Amino acid sequence: MTPWRHAARRFLADRVALAGLAAVALIALAAALAPALAPYAPNAMPDPVRLQHLPPGAGHLLGTDAYSRDILSRLLYGARVSLAVGIGAALASVIVGAAVGLAAGLGGPLLDGALMRGVDVLLALPRIFLLMIVLAVWNDVPLPVLIVLIAASGWFETSRLVRQHARALAGSDFVTAARALGGRTRHILGHLLPHLASTIIVTATLDIGNIILIEAGLSYLGLGVRPPTPSWGNMILEGRNALFTAPWEVLAPGLALVLTVIAFNLVGDALRDALNPRLA
Amino acid sequence: MSAPAPAAPRPLLEVTDLTVHLTRRAGVLGARTEIVQAVNGVSFAVGPHETLGLVGESGCGKTTLARAVLRLIEPTGGTVTFDGTDVLALPPAPLRALRRRMQIVFQDPVSSLNPRMTIGRAVREGIEIHHLAEGADADRRVERLLDEVGLPRDAVHRFPHEFSGGQRQRAGIARALAVEPDFIVCDEPVSALDVSVQAQVLNLLADLQQRRGLSYLFISHDLAVVRHIAPRVAVMYAGRLVETGAAATLYARPAHPYTGALLSAVPVPDPVTRRHRIVLEGDPPSPVRPPSGCPFHPRCPHPGKDERCRTERPPLAPKAGGQLAACWKTT
Amino acid sequence: MTAPTPAAAPAAPLLEVKDLSVTYRTAAGPARAVDGIALVIHAGETVGLVGESGCGKSVTSLALLRLVDPDGHVALGSSVRLEGRELLALPGKEMRQVRGNHVAIVFQEPATALNPVLTIGDQVAEVVRTHHKVAAAEAWRRAVEMLELVGIPDAAPAAHHYPHQLSGGMRQRALIAMALVCHPKLLIADEPTTALDVTIQAEILELLTDLQRRFGMAVLLITHNLGIVAETTQRTYVMYAGEIVEEAPTPALFAAPAHPYTEGLLAAVPRLDAPQGRLTAIPGQVPPATAWPAGCRFHPRCAWAWERCAAEHPPLLEAAPGHTARCWLLAEPGRRAATSTAEAGGSRGAGA
Repeated sequence: MTPWRHAARRFLADRVALAGLAAVALIALAAALAPALAPYAPNAMPDPVRLQHLPPGAGHLLGTDAYSRDILSRLLYGARVSLAVGIGAALASVIVGAAVGLAAGLGGPLLDGALMRGVDVLLALPRIFLLMIVLAVWNDVPLPVLIVLIAASGWFETSRLVRQHARALAGSDFVTAARALGGRTRHILGHLLPHLASTIIVTATLDIGNIILIEAGLSYLGLGVRPPTPSWGNMILEGRNALFTAPWEVLAPGLALVLTVIAFNLVGDALRDALNPRLA
Repeated sequence: MSAPAPAAPRPLLEVTDLTVHLTRRAGVLGARTEIVQAVNGVSFAVGPHETLGLVGESGCGKTTLARAVLRLIEPTGGTVTFDGTDVLALPPAPLRALRRRMQIVFQDPVSSLNPRMTIGRAVREGIEIHHLAEGADADRRVERLLDEVGLPRDAVHRFPHEFSGGQRQRAGIARALAVEPDFIVCDEPVSALDVSVQAQVLNLLADLQQRRGLSYLFISHDLAVVRHIAPRVAVMYAGRLVETGAAATLYARPAHPYTGALLSAVPVPDPVTRRHRIVLEGDPPSPVRPPSGCPFHPRCPHPGKDERCRTERPPLAPKAGGQLAACWKTT
Repeated sequence: MTAPTPAAAPAAPLLEVKDLSVTYRTAAGPARAVDGIALVIHAGETVGLVGESGCGKSVTSLALLRLVDPDGHVALGSSVRLEGRELLALPGKEMRQVRGNHVAIVFQEPATALNPVLTIGDQVAEVVRTHHKVAAAEAWRRAVEMLELVGIPDAAPAAHHYPHQLSGGMRQRALIAMALVCHPKLLIADEPTTALDVTIQAEILELLTDLQRRFGMAVLLITHNLGIVAETTQRTYVMYAGEIVEEAPTPALFAAPAHPYTEGLLAAVPRLDAPQGRLTAIPGQVPPATAWPAGCRFHPRCAWAWERCAAEHPPLLEAAPGHTARCWLLAEPGRRAATSTAEAGGSRGAGA
């Protein structure tokens, strides 16, 4: 029974984990099938005068906003943005962080020192402020660029984790044995990666929730995804004025954010517990 | 020179004046660097089909020496010659090729095998690295190796945690044998095992030596185990060899006071025998600040200990029994 | 070393263990780590408990002090009597007064057994304060006195040192001081020297023997090292697969072992004084505690086993006065003459 199958068993035995996974799957499905599921086009404004601020009801399950756009449709399309940014940036940052961490963990003291001091400096920079400054100057970034920017601002902790782990593993006897057998770097990596994979998977998953919130926050400030493209963040921004008269315009994206982040965090936590190697 | 011996074949492994000084951070905030003199000018040779035992207590440098000989740690000085080749001067590619011939077996059965790799993959690793066989051919080799070390064939698909310490050690031995080495460094291979399992593994190592013509550098803190498996023994203290010689002579009439004290401290499983234990005062020396002169002098119980012991370091010199010992006071 | 005293026919034993069983719940089912063992220790005696890993000796030591909960479960019907008092029935508060006070234990790893943020003086004094109502100054005085007794040089200033400032041998001495400061009647030493170098080991053993004589206490020495047992104990129990398989005065155990497992162990140990060609290894492995073999638990590995061994579980049978072994060979000695399997050949002394 491979360690992965053991981990899968442990994960599937955890009810809360399964609930989280189901939620994530549902959200992902909804996002993927948005064009098919959305009753209206997200930016369609059928009647800006008479159909604005409609409360949830027939025809518009979650109501309409100030421009008579269907909230539900916008929510579904907004999910695409959130998931694309969340998963995309998490993946990118983890890959970069792992690469740097591995280089530092396996490299000589000079490389290790240089990389880690660099990371220390970068860690000191305030992530949100930096993003805000860049985005304030660079108006209207395309989505892929946004993903890259968020990823670039957040890989540092991962690199530290991976470097620590790699260092510790590199000193273990089985890695020394691989070197004694004449193994090249790729053989050493073959030993290390399965161990590091657990750390990386967990870090990435837990990162997703965080990044979704960062994007939502930036969009809320008008810096991330700009209207009319729907993002849960800018939906809250636009619904802000009608907060007390048409609360559903803020509640819908707000709840969507909360539930999505919780779901990803539950899955991440459960993954961490399941992948915890207690094999001996 | 030492006691006359028949013209010996060229030694397989020749270590001359090997030194390993490691730097580490110390002091407040790690501002200071210390030099740990782990191995200091060690010389010895191991011939083909021969076993050299290396004994010493913790901190004497024997594990560092084991790894330095295989160049798993870079020595700071000295030479290591394997079958005529200067190991320390080899560039990476020829070094990798040479590694086939010199292997290592570790002490800890738990950490010496990757817990996420099956035994089969672990044993196969050397075969893959050196392209010794492919596919089904490689599978067959692995099976034969498992047979040879006494592991069941289905171990190929199983993980280390499913096996006992003794079995894991066997797997480690199979892994080392996979590349068909001439020389194996055994770094405390049975210290973590129970008595009955220890005997099994020791017997296995002896059998393998017979069958494959292997040479061993057998390292242990257990003098009885070393006595059993090694006809020649070297005693290490504070990074240096303090005595070397034929096991029979060395154990019966040790020429160095440390060897004598070490031997007197080993409990014998015989209630009738009484030992006269030689007491050593003080603690083992710090590898960062070794004593002046003879490294053993602060703790030496020899009645003739004098100023020379404190100031001049004795070299290994021939003694009456035929062994070499680093002591000014014994003959 | 200790001159073994002849087995005394004494007053009531200090410690009497009867039918002690400890079971652990594991993923693979219940594991009867200790299965109905009986031990007797008299005041002032040193008794050895020998066995390899998985035999249950460490669990036994924990069970004597009721330290196996909550992971393990001591079976009903087990009895541990200290000077007649049933320890397993004591309320928690009274049991705490026994631990460290009347019965003390020293473990294997001095590094992990000591609290790294307290000085050794504090840790020894803490034991005193726990069991005796004395002022802090008096507790400290006793602590320093004890540290000196265990051979820590310059005990008064050394008492202010932290464990990491001491060597392994010194830490073990500090642990012994903690164990003995209340002058317990029984000291359980669980592999006290396994983690130490051989020269330090010899010193610690000598210290234990010395202190034992001085305080007149009994020692239960648990170890896998037959050399230590030979040198320091008067009587020895051999444990295998959760059971006692042999009990004898130490000289008799080594001179004439009655159980094939004991014989196997003695033949498997490399000897400093008598080099052998080939060690006689005991074939096979220790069975897991979740699946003890039927009949005699050693029979799958025994050179002399026959049908009875697989079918009937042997009780402890007498080999000589004071010497018992759990083996059917004692009931049918004729079986020993039968040829044994290959592994039993190559005994000590025979070249190869």
